[in-house]
This record gives sequence, structure tokens and C-alpha cells, in this order.
Amino acid sequence: MSKALLNINNLKVSFFTPAGEVKAINDISIRMEEGDVLGIVGESGSGKSVTAYSIMGLIPYPGKIVNGTIEFNGHNIHEMAEKELQNIRGNEVSIIFQDPMTSLNPVYTVGNQIQEALFLHTNMDKQRAYQRSLELLNLVGINEPEKRLKQYPHELSGGMRQRVMIAIALACEPKLLIADEPTTALDVTIQAQIIELMMELKKKINMSIIVITHDLGIVASMCDKIAVMYAGKIVESGTIDDIFYSPQHEYTKGLLKSIPKLNKKEHEKLVPIKGVPVDMLNPPAGCPFAPRCDSCMKICLKRMPEYTNISDDHKCACWLLQKKEYEAATGGER
Amino acid sequence: MDAKNNKTLVEVQNLKQYFPVGSGLITNKYIKAVDDISFHIEKGETLGLVGESGCGKTTAGRTILRLYEPTAGKIIYDGTDITHADMMPYRRRMQIVFQDPYSSLNPRMTVGDIVGEPIDIHKLADSRKERKDKIIQILECVGLNSEHANRFPHEFSGGQRQRIGIARALAVDPEFIVCDEPVSALDVSIQAQIVNMFEELQEKMGLTYLFIAHDLSVVKHISRRIGVMYLGKLVELAESYELTFNNVHPYTRSLISAIPIPDPAESREKNRIVLEGDVPSPLNPPSGCRFRTRCPYADKLCAEQEPEFVEISKGHFAACHHLDRVAD
Repeated sequence: MSKALLNINNLKVSFFTPAGEVKAINDISIRMEEGDVLGIVGESGSGKSVTAYSIMGLIPYPGKIVNGTIEFNGHNIHEMAEKELQNIRGNEVSIIFQDPMTSLNPVYTVGNQIQEALFLHTNMDKQRAYQRSLELLNLVGINEPEKRLKQYPHELSGGMRQRVMIAIALACEPKLLIADEPTTALDVTIQAQIIELMMELKKKINMSIIVITHDLGIVASMCDKIAVMYAGKIVESGTIDDIFYSPQHEYTKGLLKSIPKLNKKEHEKLVPIKGVPVDMLNPPAGCPFAPRCDSCMKICLKRMPEYTNISDDHKCACWLLQKKEYEAATGGER
Repeated sequence: MDAKNNKTLVEVQNLKQYFPVGSGLITNKYIKAVDDISFHIEKGETLGLVGESGCGKTTAGRTILRLYEPTAGKIIYDGTDITHADMMPYRRRMQIVFQDPYSSLNPRMTVGDIVGEPIDIHKLADSRKERKDKIIQILECVGLNSEHANRFPHEFSGGQRQRIGIARALAVDPEFIVCDEPVSALDVSIQAQIVNMFEELQEKMGLTYLFIAHDLSVVKHISRRIGVMYLGKLVELAESYELTFNNVHPYTRSLISAIPIPDPAESREKNRIVLEGDVPSPLNPPSGCRFRTRCPYADKLCAEQEPEFVEISKGHFAACHHLDRVAD
């Protein structure tokens, strides 16, 4: 086994709001090796973005890491001071945000913004930084880079802005790129361009990627591994084939059944997941998915299940699996 | 479908919707949001309209309801030309569900009043009791209950708000509903609930839908026929099966191939056609065929002449000069 690039252990992040504590991330563990592409899927409010922000050390007030460790590339992110974090951010780990319209600074030119990252983390002089920013724009497939460097974000289209964001993120050749819903704000044909671009770049500079999305299609076309999040927990994780072809958790199964498929020839009725998403201020005591689950048992409402290892990579937290395991071990006696 | 059911409810002929841009009283610059589109919708069917942002699909939907005054063309509803008619009686028959369930409900009105307002306007209830009963009946129709009538929109989740928006449209017992991206703002697990509800309501009440969305998978699921728009023009229109599997227009092809398939094996095999460049500005669209700047088949003819929207097989329309070449 190669060295872990990212190792998150029993991480808990809470937001202390006036209305009460919101456990945005409730005890998750993630391990990533170099060159992995990990997809984190979940609905809005499931904690997928907060996971990304905690790796960057960017949890906004009133959020706090309550418990757990984040080790990245030899650093202990969870105990680093802001100053030290600044050396890592944009250098060893970068992030692309969801909305390219608002995440670039409107009063600086594209060139300024790319070079800012270079000046911060390298000792390049102006001339070198300019050359490098031209290279970067070429790398992300922007035509006429000389002209673009002098333009402001509002002069570019959405797809171009996202390319600029990627160029900034890649400026210092990070080990890990976090893409937080990188294509949600873009049209499908532009989305296809951006996905293609990220996969090409991954091959070229051998970085790892975490893709955060709610679109299972994007995950299927980019990732090697998936973590499915629900209400701050990773309910199932595994390789893409595990998750798509032998899902174990009822939520994962429900999610896969509820999306319309373009490649299906006959009309099938969608099977929605009943109920409404969890109220994170008052989460259920046991498994968070229990109130919406068709196979909910008594114990599900009381206690959170442990992970069952289905194979080396494939893990799932569900009482149904625990029950199966128990029955297998005891020969079906109760 | 037999001849009796085969009746047109909405017909749109050469519809154009231009918006003036720039300041001053006299302006000669226009955004051609919808430029000469024609189609019809049969009673009880769902016509899907897909396209990327800025292609004019929402404008088309709103113009059909006369929420915008059409620049040119004709809208015929149930045999009557309503292009310049007084809309009051027709508002009862045609309704709209908006995309954003957060901004399309008045935060100061209770759910009961939101749903009751159309009933008041059209004087559909004779007494307070009748009004109340009607509201409750409609709320139950969309999976809410009488308790919800006294609450305010902010107390509901996105999916529930969209149900309120649908209840409001249903309040006047319409025949035709324009659904403008009704599920785009919702989570995947909730999307399926709303899509199923649209289908159930259609079965129960015999509704006709114009379903506008950018997500072709959803549109294909719910629609009988689908029209694809690009920069204010319809480029292809066909039955949904035909359009998904036997499409002929290069834009439709790349649109479909760009959609990531939620199936790892298929997505590994798939040959994606990645289009170059961005959608041109509708302020200054390319001459001739509007797709030519991004089309791999484009040549001189495409720049000079606009392709006509012709029927290539029964019920399958497309606008392209090089259909024979695209087919290979």
C-alpha cells in the first residue's frame, strides 16, 4: 500500500449557532492515496462542503473542529495556526469553488489573480510569473492568453471563469485539488469541457482530486472511489463499481433508483426516497436515515450502526448488514 | 393515439420575442431571445423543451402565457388566437410553476392565502367555507395537509415549497401548465418525488404540460415529445425515444453525449463529443445556422443560409444543412 496523502480520522465539526449546535460532520474518516480521485456525494446539508473546507482549514465561524485529526502530506492540519495554513493553501492543496461568478475578485485582472498565488508561494520574479501564468492559461485551454491576462472576470463567460479558477488552483502544482461542485453553475456542454480538462490535468501533473457533487453522473465519469454522505456521516464508501453495482446502504440504493436515466429505453417510474431531508438542528438519535428508510428497525432509531466491512475498500454503516453478519456468525440463532 | 384524442391544445406559429437593449427611446439593438419557433402541444401530452442557459426556453414558455407580449407570431390556444386577446378568462386555463421555490412565494402570505389568491381572483368560491375546503383539497392533492395552510413559506423545505407552487397553479383547475425548471433547485431524492407527482397529477386531472428544463434526463423521463433549443431557435423536435436514440442534429448529439451517465461501465466506454467554445451572445448571433461556430460539420453554406426546420420523418423535425453527413 502506498503512503496515504490524506488521512482524516474520526473528524467532528460542529457549528455553534444561536439556535443550538449543528453537527455538520459527525465522526467521519477518509483515507486517500496519491493519485486517487475521490467523489463525495450527498444532498445539500449533508456536510460534504464542510469536509472540504476542513481539509483547507477554512471552516467559517461559528464552526469548530470538535474532535478528530486531519493529516495531509505530513502536516497535522487540525492543529496548525492560520499562518502555517497559509503556506499550504494554494500551494500543496487547492480548492475550486462552486460558483465561478462570485469566487474571483472583480477588481483585479485575471493575470493579477493568477500571479498572486505564485508570488505568495514561490520566489518567482515578475517576468517568470508572467510566463508561468501564460503557461497555465494554455494548460487550461484558454485561447489568446496574453489578452485574457489583462481582462477582468466580468469580461469572461462562466466556463472561462471556471478555467481561470482552475488555473489559479493549479499555479503551484498542488498535491491535492478539491473541486467543490465545480460544474453545478455551468451548462452541460461546458461541464463536459471542464470534466475533460480536470481528468487530463490529473494525468499530466499526477495530482489527487476530491470531487464534491450531488450529481452521480459526474462521479461515475471521474472518480475511482466514492464516499456517500448523509447528515454529516459517511454512510457508505467504496470503489465506484462497489457503489454503483452493489450498493449496500438503503440511502445509496434509493439515490440510485431515484435518478432518471437517459440510456434507459423504456419508461420506468422513478422510485423516490420518501420524506424530507434531516433537520440538522434536531437530528434523529440513531441512524440519520432511519426516518426515511423502508427497512427501518427498532434499533435504527436508537443507535448509530458501526461500519461493516464488505470488502477491503467497501464499507457501509447499516444495521441490516450488522444483522446479517450476526446471523452468519451465530448460525441464525438470536 | 386515436383521432379523437389527437387534438391540439396549444399551437405556436413563428413566435418571436425580441428584447430591446441599451438606453434611449429609439433603439435598434435587440436580443432575439426567441426567434421564429413553431410547434404544437396536444391535449394531455407533455412537451419537453431543453437547451442551455440563454437559449430562450424560459422566454418561450412565458411568451406562450403572454407574460411577455410577443414581438411577432401567433399563439393559438384551443382553437382561438390569443396573441392579442384579453387574457383574463385564459389565465384560469393556463398556469405556470416557477423554477425557484424560494423566491416565487410571497414570504408574508400564509400558504392558505397563496393558494387561495387565484381562487379569489377568479371568483371560484361562493363562501368562505367553500374557499377553505377548496384550499385544503388542493393541498392534499399535492401531498400537503390542512395544517400547512396557516404556516408561512419559510417554514417549509425546498421540495415542500415547490409543492405549494404547484398547488397555487392547480387552484384554478387549469388544463395547461408551463413548468419552468420545476425540479432544478431540488435535491436528487426530492426531485423524483416532484417528478412523480407531476405524472400522477397529469393522469388524474388530464393536464397538459410544457416542461422546460436543462436536464435532459429529467425531460426525457417525463415528456412524450422533446424540442431542443439553441440560441432562440428550435434545432430538433421529436418523440422522446426518437430524440434520445435516433437524433440527427449535431447539437442534440453533443448535448446528449455531454451528459454524464450515472453508470461507471458505460461512462468508461462512452466517446464523448466535447464541443469547443461557448454559446455565442444572443445579441450578436452568428449568421446562417446559429450553431455553426461550434459545429464540427460547419461549412460555407452554413454561414450563408439559415437551415429550415423540416420534417425528416413522421413527427421528427430538424434544422440542419448536413443531415446526411451527420448521420454517418
